[in-house]
Parts: sequence; structure tokens; C-alpha cells
Amino acid sequence: MRDDPLVIGGVTLNSRLFIGTGKYGDDALIPAVADASGAEVITVAMRRVEPGQKGVMGHIPPHMRLLPNTSGARTAEEAVRLAHLARAAGCGDWIKIEVISDTRHLLPDGYGTAKATEILAGEGFTVLPYINPDLYVARACVDAGAAAVMPLGAPIGTNRGLQTREMIAILIEELDIPIVVDAGIGLPSQACEAMEMGAAACLVNTAIASSGEPVRMARAFGAAVAAGRDAWLAGPGAVKKRGEGAEASSPLTGFLR
Amino acid sequence: METFQEFLQNWPAGRRSEAAARATSADVTAVLDKLARHWLSPEDFLVLLSPAAAEHLEAMAQKAHELTLRYFGRAVSIFTPLYISDVCTNQCRYCGFNAKNKQPRRHLSVNEAAAEAFAIADAGFQHILLLTGDAPKVSSPEYIADVVRRIKPRFASVGIEVYSQTEENYRMLVEAGVDSMTMFQETYNPELYAWLHPAGPKRDYAFRLAAPERAARAGMRSLGVGALLGLDAFEQDAFATGLHAWWLQRHFPGVEVSVSIPRICPHEGEFEVTHGVTDRELAQYVTALRCFLPRAGITCSSRESAFMRDHLVPLGVTRVSAGVSTAVGGRATEDLHNPGQFEITDHRSLEQMMADLAAHGYQPVLKDWEDPAA
Repeated sequence: MRDDPLVIGGVTLNSRLFIGTGKYGDDALIPAVADASGAEVITVAMRRVEPGQKGVMGHIPPHMRLLPNTSGARTAEEAVRLAHLARAAGCGDWIKIEVISDTRHLLPDGYGTAKATEILAGEGFTVLPYINPDLYVARACVDAGAAAVMPLGAPIGTNRGLQTREMIAILIEELDIPIVVDAGIGLPSQACEAMEMGAAACLVNTAIASSGEPVRMARAFGAAVAAGRDAWLAGPGAVKKRGEGAEASSPLTGFLR
Repeated sequence: METFQEFLQNWPAGRRSEAAARATSADVTAVLDKLARHWLSPEDFLVLLSPAAAEHLEAMAQKAHELTLRYFGRAVSIFTPLYISDVCTNQCRYCGFNAKNKQPRRHLSVNEAAAEAFAIADAGFQHILLLTGDAPKVSSPEYIADVVRRIKPRFASVGIEVYSQTEENYRMLVEAGVDSMTMFQETYNPELYAWLHPAGPKRDYAFRLAAPERAARAGMRSLGVGALLGLDAFEQDAFATGLHAWWLQRHFPGVEVSVSIPRICPHEGEFEVTHGVTDRELAQYVTALRCFLPRAGITCSSRESAFMRDHLVPLGVTRVSAGVSTAVGGRATEDLHNPGQFEITDHRSLEQMMADLAAHGYQPVLKDWEDPAA
């Protein structure tokens, strides 16, 4: 993996697993989770950040890149304000845009997200918008200056896996910026599948934080994401359709080709 | 748009009672199985509140625990209430603030209220809930807004639990910095409600019932509803409360909706509780709520004992109070030693609450909101 870096906004990352900070029984678990996962990017909700206080920020390993998010924003304007707050609080210039005005399903508002992306990218932020895997919304975000897009695999927190697999595959095929699968991934195998499909990275929080052993699960996700990436780089072997018969790995007539 | 009151008329008390009585053990199992694939319907919620479901309490608790972990993790938010006035013009039969009760009353000035709030902020709280009695001429909406404007810079969120307001007043309060409002309907039974509230502005059942709708239209971000458990039959008010939260979620998708689960406590007065809710029923209520409303916050106040609160958290409670006093004043200003609105049962301080949550594997969260519109 060392020779396969992920570059977002000019920053080189050697791990393709992003992790979160929510839902832990104790924030003191975060350093061990981060270490086990190998992740270099960690997202934190601005709604949890206490300026001047240690809080959750005090548990984030200093080598990690902060990806503050705008959880709680219902409009583009509110997301922009939270991004400004994040920058003022010393959280850097990376921002994950969350514009959500449906608290029952927590699905992102594509229009507001694209609008906030345009404003913040124009102000020099490295913007990673959280979106439904909708090609038009994704393109709007790319046109607005997004550094990557973060489509959901399933609604946040559901651990249901890659329910939006086909739509994510289209984004991977059509867009030239990194696709970071965010939300819904419940198992390492699902993260691995996303990476095998060609996703650039995965963000996982609930599946780690709500597991029986978060540190062990973090390690499993780190390994799964790396394995999936390797598989994508290697390129899968051809899959024969039913009825096409088997193909020997050492054909006897190969000398005739 | 159909109001909640109109919607509730689809569920008359008789229909609720019959459906709850008719539910079988197999129905409960079917609802719990359905939970893996679908959101539950109001009919399903009623099944989980039925006597038949009581036999499945552990299975319901397991589901509720799993859902709570999935959607809220092991984080529990902590807030504290601040009573800024106990002057009240109502005569609610079950409440210590009843205007007929002869007790010293106190109404804090804006400066006094701010001093009390700042003492709370100094203690470490970031989420505060302001409460008043129902005396619009004394604790006017403008007065409440003035207090909010003064204290807002010291808190991550300011909530109100005050008498029902007009939509215009809610809008003014939102603009002053209020993030959330809680409105206890007390009971959803209109006849019982009329008897319980013999005099005072709170007599208007419909105006109170529609308060959360008005607040939502006024831009309030977070709404809390609740019945005072013990006033009416368990399945009646428990069901109506959950239905109210469910209806609000569907009609105001941008608003966070939560449910409070207070059981009636002793107070100054002689109200006799005829529908006492047992500990098992309370646990059944919490687990049923969590299954029906996976993303709704559930608030448990210090009316409950430390023992009950500690054990209800894994079942679905996501928000608790600490350092509670139901009397006006005493933190930074003079304490008149008045008896408060009701007797609390859990007297834990913020530090104790945080330590106890941590001991049970839960993270006490003091800040869980950053007002993006401030």
C-alpha cells in the first residue's frame, strides 16, 4: 500500500480507511481505535467540539488529519457557518459537508450540499460532501469544487452495508475524483467490497464504535480496506457466465494460440 | 394540513384498549421480527405496549438496546433544568405549583435568572432547560426571551419547558436563541384533562396539544413531548405520546423529536394516583418507544431513582438530567426553601452522574449541539 497513496486536496494519505469519533462509551478509546485501524483521517462533529476544552478533541492522535463535519446543519448557510467555526477552532481546512433536514432517515439534501460545497470550496476549504449516490448531485459537487464525494452505502448508522452498490459503481465509473463510501457499512467484508469496486476509501464509525470490541473491529476494518484496495489494483479474474463451461487454468491447447 | 388532534381522532380510546387487549404473543413476535426489515406502524407500537408484550420484555429490551447502540452509540447527553419562576395561575390537581397551594413563590429577575444560569454553566453544564409556571403576565414571553438572550452565550443549547405559546411567540423565542421546547400534554384524554385542570389558561386542551406544531412552524429545532404517566391508563397515554412524536417526525422532518417518560411524583397537595405505572411497565414503554421511533431521543428525568435511570439507559434513554432542583433560586441567589414543583428521586450531581454513566460503560456528553444559525 505504501506505493498506492490516496491524494485528496493535495494531501497524501497512506490509509484508505477514515474513522469517526461518535458513539463510543468513552472517548479515551479513540487513540487505540485509531492505532488499530491505521486510519489517518478522523471525522468529528462540530456540535461535539468544545472550544477551549479538552473534550473529544483531546483524544484525537496528533498525527491524524481532522475532518470536521457539519452535523446539525439543515441548510447550506448553516453548514457554511459550522465550517467557519471549525476553521476558527483550529480544526484546519478540511470539511465534510452534512446538510440534513430529515431527522427520521438522516438522508442528505443534495441541493443544499452542492450549494455549501461551492461556497466553501471558493473560500479555500477542502470540501468532502456527504451525498446520496446520485450522479447529478455528485457532478454538481464536483463542478462546485469538491475534493472528493462521500456517497452513502446505506442510511447512517444502519450497518446495512452497500445497499446503494449499483449507484456507487456508477459514480466510480463516471467521476474523476475520489469516491469515499460513507455511512451504512456494517462489516469489514462490506468495506472490502466497496474497495474491490474501486472506491478510493471508506469512512466507518458506527460499525466500529457499536461493536463488542471496537479496537479489534477497527483492526479488522483496516485490514479489509487494504485487502479490497489490493484486489482492485490487482484486477479480478474474468467471471464466466453460467453455461460457458469451465476453463482450465492450464489449457492443453494453449500452445496453439 | 391535518393537525395532530385530528389525526388522534382516528385512535379513540376504545380502539386503543381493544387493540391492546386483542394483541397476542404471536403478534408481539411478528412485530419484533418485522423490526429487522421495516419501520413499525402505530398498530405495531400498540402491540408492543399490550399486556401480551409484557411477556416478551427481555426480547424487546434486546432489540431496543441494539437499536440504541446503532443510532446513538454509548453516548448519553446531560442537561439540567432551571426554574426561573414558580408563579402560576393554574390549578392543576397533581402539581405543586397549583395556584391554590399556599407556599412562598418566587419570580427571578432577568439578572437573577442569569446569575443562576451562569452558576450552572460554571458547574460544567452546557445544555440548560428553562422552566416557569403558567403566569403570562409575570413570566411573559418577552421576559423568557430576555433571559434566553442573556444566557445563550454561555450554553451550547437552551431549551424551554414553559406554558403554551402562540406561533408568533415561539418565533420570537427561536430568534432569541431557544433551540428546543418540551411540552408535556400531561394526559391525552380530553375528559380527564378537563377534570385535572379545573382553572387557569392550561385548561385549553387543544391549544396545548398543538403547541409543538406551532413551535415547529416557528422554526424550533427540537421538540419534546410527554405524558405524565400515572394520570390515565398506561396504554392510553403511552400510545398517544408515541403517536404524537411519530406524527411530528412525519410532518416536520427537519425537527428532532424526543419523548420524555415522567412518572408522577409526590408533591405539595393531595392528588391520588389511580393508574400507577410499574417499573416493568416503564421499561416496556421505553423499549416500545425505541422500537417504534429508533431515532427519537428519550429523556429520563430525576423523577426516577438512580437505580431505574441507570438501568433504563441501555434500553433506550439517551438524555438525562443531573444536579436537579425543582425550586426557584438557590444556586446563586437567595433560596426561599420552597418545596418545588415535585419531589425528585435522583439527587446525583453532575460529577456523580458522569461517574455513574462511565461506570456502566456510557459516555456522558456535556456538549452535543452547536447552533449553526447562531
